[in-house]
Amino acid sequence: MTIDELRELAENERTRQKQYISRILYCSSAGCLSGGSDSVKAEFKKAIEEKGLGKTCELVGTGCLGLCGEGPLVLVQSADMTLYQHVDAKTARRIVEEHIVSGKKVEECQIDVNGPFFSSQKKIVLENMGKINAESIEEYIAAGGYEALAKAVTEMKPEELIGEIRKAGLRGRGGAGYPTGLKWDIVRKSVSEQKYVVCNADEGDPGAFMDRSVLEGDPHRVLEGMAMAGYAVGANQGYVYVRAEYPLAIDRLKLAIKHAEKLGLLGNRIFESQFSFHIDIRIGAGAFVCGEETALLRSVMGRRGRPKPRPPYPSEKGLWDKPTVINNVETYANIAPIVRNGSAWFAAIGTQKSPGTKVFALAGKINRTGLIEVPMGIPLRKVIFDIGGGTPEGSEFKAAQTGGPSGGCIPKEHLDIPVDYESLQTVGSIMGSGGMIVMDSTSDMVDVAKFFMEFCMDESCGKCIPCRVGTKHIYMMLDKVIRNEATEEDFALLQELCVMVKETSLCGLGQSAPNPVLSTIRFFKDEYTVKLKRATEFVPDEGNGAQ
Amino acid sequence: MAVITFTIDDIQYSAHEGDTVLNVAHANNIHIPTLCYLEGLSPFGACRLCMVEVEGSPKLFPACTTKPAEGMIVRTKTDRLKKYRRMIVELLASEGNHQCAVCVVNGHCELQDLAYEVGLDHVRFPYLFPNKSLDATHKEFVIDRNRCVLCTRCVRVCHEVEGAHVWDIAWRGINCEIISDMNQPWGDSQLCTSCGKCVRVCPVGALLEKGQTVGELRKERSFVKFIVNARTKREWITNGIEEDE
Repeated sequence: MTIDELRELAENERTRQKQYISRILYCSSAGCLSGGSDSVKAEFKKAIEEKGLGKTCELVGTGCLGLCGEGPLVLVQSADMTLYQHVDAKTARRIVEEHIVSGKKVEECQIDVNGPFFSSQKKIVLENMGKINAESIEEYIAAGGYEALAKAVTEMKPEELIGEIRKAGLRGRGGAGYPTGLKWDIVRKSVSEQKYVVCNADEGDPGAFMDRSVLEGDPHRVLEGMAMAGYAVGANQGYVYVRAEYPLAIDRLKLAIKHAEKLGLLGNRIFESQFSFHIDIRIGAGAFVCGEETALLRSVMGRRGRPKPRPPYPSEKGLWDKPTVINNVETYANIAPIVRNGSAWFAAIGTQKSPGTKVFALAGKINRTGLIEVPMGIPLRKVIFDIGGGTPEGSEFKAAQTGGPSGGCIPKEHLDIPVDYESLQTVGSIMGSGGMIVMDSTSDMVDVAKFFMEFCMDESCGKCIPCRVGTKHIYMMLDKVIRNEATEEDFALLQELCVMVKETSLCGLGQSAPNPVLSTIRFFKDEYTVKLKRATEFVPDEGNGAQ
Repeated sequence: MAVITFTIDDIQYSAHEGDTVLNVAHANNIHIPTLCYLEGLSPFGACRLCMVEVEGSPKLFPACTTKPAEGMIVRTKTDRLKKYRRMIVELLASEGNHQCAVCVVNGHCELQDLAYEVGLDHVRFPYLFPNKSLDATHKEFVIDRNRCVLCTRCVRVCHEVEGAHVWDIAWRGINCEIISDMNQPWGDSQLCTSCGKCVRVCPVGALLEKGQTVGELRKERSFVKFIVNARTKREWITNGIEEDE
């Protein structure tokens, strides 16, 4: 494959797509699939065949369309874009018969594509969602795919590529926000015959599904990003570590790797250069702690997923003690757009310290739940009220929880906080990988803290004592608070233990496990104190006691 | 080989390549409490008792895996560290079924020594009283998982020194347990060479020899470093082996 061949392929695909007057793009991500988009697809297929529209109307399974709470979603692309919600088999038939055949839209199921949910977003990582077929490499190439890889491999030196990423200011989207270019540079400079690139797709936070959606809807974007990381640091082997709970993502990734290898976009001598890069999939066995990088690497090597102390960092000693780049799915998904459009374009989006966008999975007590991508620095209020449509009628916004079991709650007095790495930290929360759970006046914050603590307790690997035993005791104490049996003394001990677990635990799981508790105590202390039992007063026994 | 100068508790020390803060401290008679660490075995960094403060960082560092850096200022006995060390031992005491009065290693137990050292006069957390299993199928030894502190010294000594890898860890979190083979009875293990290294390195009374009663079992643990030294550096000790006690 050469660049010219790639461009020819893209042109052929665009011509193929143009022969259709309309394209029906149904969401084929896990959310809408569980809502029945499979039967919707079957009905569309039947209706298109019955009406003899096979030559003018194309049916495409695309990535996540965003408004997951209103699924199954269907986007009809003809002269304009029409988005339909809650599509069932009956509506599917009507869409074909009324919209496609006679041009009359099915208005009661329509959603405004220019509404606030869509207009306040900025799509970079999710740009291909609702545009391309998730299982077609040709459609990805037609949308500009693998052009960045071609440019990097044939026109740029590895140092130049890293320079671009550094200038763009991209920071790790897994949650910690470490500068990606810097990480790559460390690996590039380390001397070793063998280096590795690893993609962390072990997304485990409750309520988070950003990485799953990217892998299901646009897997090639991640592969392209990984290949560029390989070129930049001098690695020839990559691993995607996906959790087994994402079977669809695994299937699509496998297919994507197969397609890319067939076209020579992965494998030996990519774009007829000296650069070779292979990608294999490793499937997790259901441990949250394997999202921690050192545990993940051990798991990739087939060993027990247990973190080990850093340093040495994976960039010095990673897989089989070789220098290893490990980044999150969303980080890799940002690489191709940066190389294609230039670092200046990317750096201009978002804030100065946190350029670019962030994908969030919006869930909880909110009117519009789903997958969103917003520029960094956007006020939280805008995310929750403009995009999310606020809390359901009759209830009041209470807090937003970011960062899952590692994060904290942001109460309503901080609603105007800009969503970026540093600002969220100032209120005791973290950016995290992108879960955002909204709570309203009906949510009990102690219960929220207990939920997350139970999660961390179950998921602790058991290696270090503070996390193994500490999370168990924190959980039991929270339960005691909820049962109205805890005293002031217990409450003080709870806080002491939380700080101790945070400061002494071995890995990120334990170090951040107390965050939901500390954060709810910080902002909703009243909810704890009203549940405390008053210390029983000591009444001296009068008369008949021992002398 | 470059020599690094750094400070532990206001006194300067020099370290060589490959040194850790812990072994420099121990070589200079600075006591830092440890549990999972054992000279001769790979550092594990799990018990968190050897955590030290490093000036300029809000984080705490495990001395057993932290390499000294030029000009580094380490503190090993601050109030914060003392408090956390006490809490760690407190958590351990609440986790297992540690009844010293009926234990074979009573009086010679590292957990007991630690409890004295950190001043653990009472435990503020409820005891968990786990219902763990005891395996007495081996002809010479017993494992009582109720007393295990999960330091994994047995796992490491069996894998790294004996080369048999009988032991490993099963389950996770608070349910972690040391298992032999693929969770089969120890006595049935075809891998176990009955060398007894695991019993000797165990800091508590979880691994014991049969036929001993309360307070009778004394463990000599320094053999590991001599074996490892002999094997890796070809250094043999000719004038007698120093005793542990």
